[in-house]
Amino acid sequence: MSQNKYWQNFGQVTDPEKFQKQVQDEFKEELPFEDIDGKLVDAKAPRRDFLKYLGFSTAAATLAASCKVPVRKAIPFANKPENIIPGEAKYYATTYIQDGDVIPVVAKVRDGRPIKIEGNTLSPYTKGGTTARAQASVLDLYDMFRITHPKRKAGDKFEETTYEFVDKAIAEGLAGASGVVLLTSTVVSPSTKQIITEFLAKYPGSRHVTADAVSYSGMLLANEASGFGRNLPTYNFGAAKVIVSLDADFLGNWMNPVENGLGYGKGRKIDEKNPTMSKHFQFEGYLSTTGANADERFTHRPSETGVVAQAILAGLDGSVAAPSIADAKLKAGIAKVVNALKANNGSSLVVSGSNDVNVQILVNAINNAVGAYGTTVSWATTSNYRAGIDKDLVDLIAQMEAGQVGALLVYGANPAYHYHDADKFKAALKKVKLSVSFGEKMDETTELCQYIVPTHNYLESWGDAAPKNNLVSFLQPTIYPLFKTRPYQTSLLKWAGNNTDYETYFRNYWSAQLGSEAAFEKALQDGVLELMTTLSIGTYNGGGVGNGIAGIASAKKPAGKYEVVLYQKVSIGTGTGAYNPWLQELPDPISKATWGNYALISMSMAKEMLGIDLANKDNERANNNYEYYPDKPVIKIAVAGKKEIELPILVIPGMNANTIAIAVGYGRNEALGKTAAGVGQGVYHLGSFNGSTFSYVAGAEITDAKRKEKIAQMQIHNSYEGRVEVVRETTLASFIKDPNEITDFRQDLLDKYAKANNDFRKDATLYGVHDMPGLKWGMNIDMNACYGCGACVVACHTENNVPVVGKSEVLRFHDMHWLRIDRYFVSDENNPDDLKGVVFQPMMCQHCDNAPCENVCPVAATNHSAEGINQMAYNRCIGTRYCANNCPFKVRRFNWSDYTGADSFPNNQDQQIVGKLDPVVHQMNDELTRMVLNPDVTVRSRGVMEKCSFCIQRTQAAKLNAKKEGRPLQDGEAKTACQQACAGDAIIFGNVNDHNSQISLVRKENPKRMYQVLEQIHVLPNVTYLSKVRNTEEILHRGGHGAAAEGHGEDSAPANDGHGKAEGHGEAVPSAQPKEAEAHH
Amino acid sequence: MIPCKPTATKLKLFILSFVVVFAFKSVSAQDGKALFQAKCQSCHNIFKDLTGPALGGLEERHKWADHNELKAWINNPGGYMAKDAYTQGLKAKYGSVMTSFPDVTLPEVTAIVDYINKTYAAGPGGPKGPGDDTVSSNAPDKSQNAVIFGVISLILAIIALVLMQVNSNLKKMSDDAEGIDRPEPVAFYRNKVYIAMFAIVFFIIGGYFTTKGMIGLQRQTNYHPEQPIFFSHKVHAGINQINCLYCHGNAWESKSAAIPSTNVCMNCHKAIQSYEKGPELFDGETKIDGTAEIAKLYKYAGFDPKNAAAWDPSKAKPIEWNKVHNLPDHVFFSHAQHVKAGNVQCQTCHGEVTSMNTIQQFSELSMGWCVNCHRQTKVQFNYDSTSGNKFYSIYEKFHNDIKSGKMDSVTVKDIGGLECQKCHY
Repeated sequence: MSQNKYWQNFGQVTDPEKFQKQVQDEFKEELPFEDIDGKLVDAKAPRRDFLKYLGFSTAAATLAASCKVPVRKAIPFANKPENIIPGEAKYYATTYIQDGDVIPVVAKVRDGRPIKIEGNTLSPYTKGGTTARAQASVLDLYDMFRITHPKRKAGDKFEETTYEFVDKAIAEGLAGASGVVLLTSTVVSPSTKQIITEFLAKYPGSRHVTADAVSYSGMLLANEASGFGRNLPTYNFGAAKVIVSLDADFLGNWMNPVENGLGYGKGRKIDEKNPTMSKHFQFEGYLSTTGANADERFTHRPSETGVVAQAILAGLDGSVAAPSIADAKLKAGIAKVVNALKANNGSSLVVSGSNDVNVQILVNAINNAVGAYGTTVSWATTSNYRAGIDKDLVDLIAQMEAGQVGALLVYGANPAYHYHDADKFKAALKKVKLSVSFGEKMDETTELCQYIVPTHNYLESWGDAAPKNNLVSFLQPTIYPLFKTRPYQTSLLKWAGNNTDYETYFRNYWSAQLGSEAAFEKALQDGVLELMTTLSIGTYNGGGVGNGIAGIASAKKPAGKYEVVLYQKVSIGTGTGAYNPWLQELPDPISKATWGNYALISMSMAKEMLGIDLANKDNERANNNYEYYPDKPVIKIAVAGKKEIELPILVIPGMNANTIAIAVGYGRNEALGKTAAGVGQGVYHLGSFNGSTFSYVAGAEITDAKRKEKIAQMQIHNSYEGRVEVVRETTLASFIKDPNEITDFRQDLLDKYAKANNDFRKDATLYGVHDMPGLKWGMNIDMNACYGCGACVVACHTENNVPVVGKSEVLRFHDMHWLRIDRYFVSDENNPDDLKGVVFQPMMCQHCDNAPCENVCPVAATNHSAEGINQMAYNRCIGTRYCANNCPFKVRRFNWSDYTGADSFPNNQDQQIVGKLDPVVHQMNDELTRMVLNPDVTVRSRGVMEKCSFCIQRTQAAKLNAKKEGRPLQDGEAKTACQQACAGDAIIFGNVNDHNSQISLVRKENPKRMYQVLEQIHVLPNVTYLSKVRNTEEILHRGGHGAAAEGHGEDSAPANDGHGKAEGHGEAVPSAQPKEAEAHH
Repeated sequence: MIPCKPTATKLKLFILSFVVVFAFKSVSAQDGKALFQAKCQSCHNIFKDLTGPALGGLEERHKWADHNELKAWINNPGGYMAKDAYTQGLKAKYGSVMTSFPDVTLPEVTAIVDYINKTYAAGPGGPKGPGDDTVSSNAPDKSQNAVIFGVISLILAIIALVLMQVNSNLKKMSDDAEGIDRPEPVAFYRNKVYIAMFAIVFFIIGGYFTTKGMIGLQRQTNYHPEQPIFFSHKVHAGINQINCLYCHGNAWESKSAAIPSTNVCMNCHKAIQSYEKGPELFDGETKIDGTAEIAKLYKYAGFDPKNAAAWDPSKAKPIEWNKVHNLPDHVFFSHAQHVKAGNVQCQTCHGEVTSMNTIQQFSELSMGWCVNCHRQTKVQFNYDSTSGNKFYSIYEKFHNDIKSGKMDSVTVKDIGGLECQKCHY
């Protein structure tokens, strides 16, 4: 019977008063005003100077503005292709491929330039969902650090060369080499696999080695041992009532998070009338995105995953010995999970992110015991996301060292960066006579090769990908290649003596496969093609379980008190996102930090190591120093036999006490570009090889480095001043018992403020009511379906030309995201480390019908439209920022500097007075990079306010299309960028005036969960939320939601007006008072 | 106005019935010419071969006397040609198949043929159309009036000043004569009252012009840059009456109207190789040789008139025109919205393009100008849910207001046409 508290940082829980004081100022900086206590005239900038500057700047502005208008050119086509309409976008189905990650997408091409990636709704397993990385991938096309032409190494440097030269030199080199090896990341393309076979056939003794940055060998080998072959199955999260994840971040990075999230969402969205939902248990060492979404979470040392798996198996299968587990909480958790699994035989699913064969063998045994095979785990359709076997790479490096490899061709793989002993690989590479890289970018491995034959970006390529054994997703070029690049398949064909280019080869391959050119064209247009092949993979074989248990028992425990676990961020992934500015600036779902990695540590470790006792109110000074300044203490992390690293820390609740979690993918090479250089530290070297697979856990000792480093976090300044009606969350048990908390709250508002007509909108205000005669846009966000992945944030960034500001500006809280995902930790009031859950709340302009920002603008730059949109006219804005001050949701963003180069004054970006901007800002303003800008959205200049526009350019375009065709607007025609990107379908947008639109139906069907943030202040947002429900048995009491709800309680009169009736639950439910207003009528 | 309303309604009814009665007849009489201009003229002339054959006397050729056959051909040239040797021959002769017009109806075909026959019978120098001679307006120019008023006020002001000076001098003289001692009058240019008055007038007038000048900065009414080819809209759209959308068809579908690509120019100019019969062209004082300008086009297109068969359109180069109508970056303007959805005539914003030898910016293209039009223009509202754009059927409130007589029409303003984010986002 404890009270939940929703908090964003420790100060809020431990010392609310001090916190309140601290957050009074939105920007915690000293304002740069001179001391004006003295005489004005003595001040450094007295009145006369002010007037002088004023006069001068006015004159200068006039002069600048009156400059001669330049003559602009209008250049039409020489021959206009029939199906291209200048000014109208075209959409081409293609596929986002990064290593083994495959997401069918549609590229929006405007006047020949791809500018936006959307999910392909025809894809049966992603259904139009995307990830942050897929959304951001369009920027990689315009990366000014791409390799623009073939190169060869002369001495220490690369020099430009021609394809004729490279082809000749490499063909000669290959002919003379003994032991040709093609090293790639996982290849999912069927036609490319055939090309590789042809290529290997040409060179006897050659072979193909697959190496993944973060490996799934453990799973592949375990599945082989369990009788399924070296395959990955298809998981059906939607069919599972109980989901147990052992360290698998399946909503963030594991397998295909879009596919997982889509299924997971089916079990998480609830029907109010009959509320049921799946139950998600998570066992892990640190707080992952998936763990944050779990109903119940249990923490353990990262090396103990095997023990946990064994304990669960022992619970299900009496013949397996139960290991001893000291942690009582963990033990209780395992018992609970075992019971849940037993009760849901046939509708349970257990997944594990471990790369240890033995752990995965036990997980297979558990899945077999709970009847998952054939129900929630399908072997009829296998997944092809990863295929790398760790031992192959280790063996290859040994052979390279021994001089047995004559030629190495590298595509996608980057062992010089992600191999745990990168130096060994680098040394071994020097012994290879011929080394060729097909890299798009100058990555760590490419830099060491003798020849670079750069391949196309995926948006310039033809191709195919088979993410499943029965599904093919096609690629087609959306732009003519920007540089002198060549598909690596063409290179391989050429060197195999086949002079057809890849496009022809690919066309022939699929025309033959599909029977006709026409069938192929159709498939290409759709982008995806389902094949009718079914596999008959062997049945489960539990023979390996004994060995698995023995393996776990004998596994070397990491030495040292602490354990380091390496994880992937949703933004950077294995490191491929490191050179993408949008991804670097995307805040991590959990830490809300951008630009760099850090060590996530537990509260107890912070107390022990650094004396930061965040749970203790007496320790105010140290806590505040930690909480409110971006400078975070740095620790030294020493793993035996490895290079020591120093990283700043972030204290995260709900971590295992002795676990340190560090994200991979950082500490990149200068040559990769301005974005990646100097950001964070590389930590792949902390991994190791245990004889069969790579391990990403290591024992460590840590020491205080006695210095600080800045971490650019986004959330600490976004405070709600304790107004907790912003986030509403409950448990399933509480919701069933007392479903009317929100309706009662609303009724209470009616009773208090709307006595006249019982209409809160009209009665509770002095202002008139806006008329919306035609359309009225509205949005609904289901917080049960939001996992915090950040795809929407990047989609919004891309669609709306939101500027990238760089780390130094984020540190000054000048970030520009129109859409942010607020993260709230949920814990017991007195024990912040005992994390009950995390709530993710996408927060953007709420488009209030009674907007507080609108009536404080002195120039009416922000005002309301007849469609319910809170408009922002940039060119009218004079930058007073009154609106931002008056916004209760803090969603307005101010252009503090000239981030976009859109000002009339040239070189306005390096003024001393505003601080120099980071190199990445200049990169984003490069002519090439600017090709990604959406031409339908204004690029804002310095000094104006901006915010979410409900993607007005899209609503306008949808309306125009309907008008052109002379028909009413259909529901779903106008989609916002965030809605379209969301893999969980959490966001619904549409016309509220249409009673049959999806948005109207969702609002009508969910009155008990639907709420508006800060409803009581009567700003009348057009965005509604559905409250978050966690599936636990805990019964929460009302009143956790602040003062306005306190007006009524359990002793109030029983409901007699239909508002407070609890359908189906006969219990005494607190409800609203009878309407007092009736007495007056 | 109000007392007149019943009469007006009656009049409307009368006109309506008149129109209904004569509707069938007027299809051919009026539309033949319009249809010819809209659909045929860009490729066909009545008297000579262009991209397609001369159409004069077409009923005597092939089976064209049967308008059903003709319709079948026009509706689907590709399909018709497949089983017809005559049209296959046409393709061989002219190098390309005719563009299809699937929506042309039989009465329309008849109307076009009637027009062609009539014009053909009258001969090449036949009667001029009514639109050919433009009536120059004799209405007094407003700006001229302003000048006259200004001059008169100035003269009056000077007379007043002189009279005041005379008055003060006379007063001084009379005072002197009467022996009253008065201080020496100050000269008018040192008189503080005059100086103050002058300063105020200067401030007001100067301020007015400064403000007006600043508001007008970067506005380019009448802007007409020199173009790489002296392209006369008067010759094309005026004299030859080519439909605007033939070249600027993009305006129908997209936000930009787009300048036609080189191959669109060549559609006609493959055949029209010289400028002969039109009026003399002048760029200011300089006389323009039309044929030489067409030769410039050939240079871009890589076309040799002497060896037309060898032309390879894929070698054409785009022409770098100088953009005339420039909107600031923060304005979203869609031609399709105005031309297709709004049924606005091109001339409303672009002026009498048909009389411009050099294209020039006609309207101010300022926000005030846009907004004024949005205030006055009525949308294609479907008042009775049978006509007008069905998009507006969702505006229930307006429909009710119209029914109940509260509103008589819906302007762009009513549907949010004055809101910031209609154009700025």
